[in-house]
Amino acid sequence: MDEDGPVFDEPWQAQAFAMTVQMHEAGYFEWAEWADIFGAEIEKATRQGRGCGNSDYYMCWLSAFEKLMNEKQFVSEPERNKRKQDWLDAHLHTPHGEPVMLKGRE
Amino acid sequence: MAHDHDHNDPPSDTVLRVKALESLLVEKGLVDPETLDTLVDRFENRIGPQNGKAVVAKAWRDPDYKARLLEDGTKAVAELGYSGAGGETIVAVENTDRVHNMVVCTLCSCYPWPVLGLPPVWYKSAPYRARAVREPRKVLEEFGTHIPADVEVRVWDSTAETRYLVIPKPPLGSEGMSEEQLKELISRDSMIGVRLAGAGQPNTGGAS
Repeated sequence: MDEDGPVFDEPWQAQAFAMTVQMHEAGYFEWAEWADIFGAEIEKATRQGRGCGNSDYYMCWLSAFEKLMNEKQFVSEPERNKRKQDWLDAHLHTPHGEPVMLKGRE
Repeated sequence: MAHDHDHNDPPSDTVLRVKALESLLVEKGLVDPETLDTLVDRFENRIGPQNGKAVVAKAWRDPDYKARLLEDGTKAVAELGYSGAGGETIVAVENTDRVHNMVVCTLCSCYPWPVLGLPPVWYKSAPYRARAVREPRKVLEEFGTHIPADVEVRVWDSTAETRYLVIPKPPLGSEGMSEEQLKELISRDSMIGVRLAGAGQPNTGGAS
């Protein structure tokens, strides 16, 4: 909690934030490299009138993190898209109430 | 249709993007899920403006500490046990009768995490980022902060490497107070430099 209420509005914001900070703390990239990409995303969003509020902010964060992961060759775009589809399929084919899992993985 | 509902509602596109990244990074051994939880807990519950309040209260009471804080912010803050990501270089700037300091990150949202936690929404939003440099006095007025014309307003633009902490001016009458009492007078906003210490802090920020 902050004086303004919860720090994150939704769990995905916290997850995106935490992945970024963890990888930075582990030395996979410099914070300046991150800030350049993140700053560019924010600038683009601001030009398009989307530069306000927590939700816009973390959407920029997520896009920037995807780009950084791609640039650093940790996770490519096709890899991400395929995995996204796998998760969507898993959700659509899991009966309500059962944990959603990816096929062929534990 | 809905009556034949036998699966989980699919998550939003955004949530799927995060899940995709997270599961790939975990598989590749680049991210550890338990550490993710610890990190979120750290930012949600453990670090926040209370750390900065302790730093400022100590600086007000202890001139030697204040001198060390102004000399090397990162080191002086670490003396109290505050360090880590977002605090690589912390520079403390002191408000006096002649200078009022305020902090912005025009690029994104760089902020001294170890002492202030994560920034408030208005700090991250376009109006403050754009206007703090262009018309600082007007922005300050919107926070209810009037700086006399003969006091210089200095605006510091944070970067990924350098983050600023404002040491506000101790309010009149606070001279004999203990550090605990002083902390009550220090708000997060006074350490960003948009309000004065002892001025209270309404929930809604200005400049938005």
